[in-house]
Amino acid sequence: MKELFLSSKIFSGPEMIPTRFGYGDGLVELGKNNAAVVVLGADLSSSLCVDRFREAYPDRFIQTGIAEQDMMALAAGLALSGKIPFVSTYGVFCTGRAWDQLRTTVAYARLNVKVGSGHGGVSVGADGATHQALEDISITRTIPNVTVIAPADYHETLKATVAAASISGPVVIRFGREKVPVITTDKTPFTVGKAEVYKDGTDVTITACGQMVYESLLAAETLAKDGVSARVINCHTIKPIDSKTLIRAAEETGAVVTAEEHQVMGGFGSAVAEVLSQNYPVPMRMIGVQDTFGQSGDPDDLMEEYGLRSESIVKAAFEALKMKKG
Amino acid sequence: MEEAKLRHLKSVSLAIRQDIVRMVSEAGSGHPGGSLSIADIVTVLFFDVMKHDPADHCWDGRDRFILSKGHACPAVYAALAESGYFPKDELLTLRKMGSRLQGHPDMRKLPGLEASTGSLGQGLSIASGIALAMKMDKKPNRVFCIMGDGELDEGQIWEAAMTAAHYRLDNLCGIVDRNGLQIDGNTDEVKTLEPLSDKWRSFGWNVIEVDGHNLRELSDAMNRFRHTHFRPTVIIAHTIKGKGVSFMENQVGWHGKAPSPEQAKAALQELSQEVI
Repeated sequence: MKELFLSSKIFSGPEMIPTRFGYGDGLVELGKNNAAVVVLGADLSSSLCVDRFREAYPDRFIQTGIAEQDMMALAAGLALSGKIPFVSTYGVFCTGRAWDQLRTTVAYARLNVKVGSGHGGVSVGADGATHQALEDISITRTIPNVTVIAPADYHETLKATVAAASISGPVVIRFGREKVPVITTDKTPFTVGKAEVYKDGTDVTITACGQMVYESLLAAETLAKDGVSARVINCHTIKPIDSKTLIRAAEETGAVVTAEEHQVMGGFGSAVAEVLSQNYPVPMRMIGVQDTFGQSGDPDDLMEEYGLRSESIVKAAFEALKMKKG
Repeated sequence: MEEAKLRHLKSVSLAIRQDIVRMVSEAGSGHPGGSLSIADIVTVLFFDVMKHDPADHCWDGRDRFILSKGHACPAVYAALAESGYFPKDELLTLRKMGSRLQGHPDMRKLPGLEASTGSLGQGLSIASGIALAMKMDKKPNRVFCIMGDGELDEGQIWEAAMTAAHYRLDNLCGIVDRNGLQIDGNTDEVKTLEPLSDKWRSFGWNVIEVDGHNLRELSDAMNRFRHTHFRPTVIIAHTIKGKGVSFMENQVGWHGKAPSPEQAKAALQELSQEVI
């Protein structure tokens, strides 16, 4: 296995940083090196951390006010004129409210618009269901020409943001609000479209995106204590999905668990199922939000309530193993 | 405007109208009413006002044109073919499988189209984005955007109106095809649109009202736009839906219906008698 340079503190009090900070810092880094990068905000600059870019490059920050549909199509116009616009707001707004603008104006014409889709998942917390994006992966990955990335932690969000500027065409980067464990380092390999095996294993595969990669690593540790060898794959890019790595894992482990902080219907797990069911069908279990809206609450409690902790993954792994053995 | 120039523009707009009738009839579907109502506007844009080069559709110095009411693309396809962007024969492939002339504009297929449009309400935002980029890069290019009057029901138009005024996009010219009809009837019966000029003015726009079939007035209005500073301009062009084909004029039923071969023949006969 190649060197992954993962954090040494994953299982011993990892550093906690919100993924949105990675987006904000990634934009500042891009701003330094790429004059074509412009950032659009819809009255949520500090929440999305794009105030960092605004302060560094005020001439390249465009405030649209609370007008997400206009912002998305305005970005299309900027892209048509050679800019690399990053549309920045909450996932429910940029992928939901402005879905038609993303689909028809941006994606149909393969315009070079990047979407910083914040507040993904129930861990948004106290704002409740209205502001917790739980359908964004489903509704963006079905649009042709769109790349969809859900990075696992701060460093990966930063890398995904920087990488998005080098991809020709629309890219959605999904990140969250609250502090989440930092599991990678600035040296950890990251390539859009390439899933990384973070832990090898032979009995079952756990593949995840976003902060569920951390939960999957914890689950694998627990499973190891019970004598189950679990492979953990960080599948940060949901589209285009790394079929090769997933099919190989199915072949070599014979059972797969997916984990996402998102609806299981049409989301990341479904994307994995689309690949495996047609290439190498194996028993599968999907961890995620089960066709329900979120609610207000403490982020930790909400993760627990919706079955998004490592314990659920462990349970799902045993179920998948049982199905495998028949 | 010189008489010779005016005569030339009239002949072009007539050719565009004839092409619209032929194309939509051959396709067996499409939107003749709203295409005919913008024929004169498109003529003035492509043959009088806009800087563009049919031999180099990516020329950096070109002015940009966005058809927000994408369903009226037959008028624009005809103008592009007439300009020389692609062979006129291709017009008759409109809406057919494999054609570059999609039912609504696809910028990736056809040279001369600046954006893919058709989902209403989005064009003015796209045009504002281009105009904003031109401002950021200190480029002199101008941006024109034709909107339908029914399309102004879309909230995004007014989001864009606020944005364009906020950023003082005086290089942006919106043109409203004020033909007074939309699919379900008269625009003001469907949802009250008036007082339309006041609406735009209160949003911070320079407003010019013209007869949208008077080529000289259209040309003058677009020249006045050039000399307006710190505000975007909207030209409210009063038009007749189906203009030029008497049985289509002001008829709501001709929004999205193709003429039969007999009707097309009658329409072309009528247009051929127009005196230039």
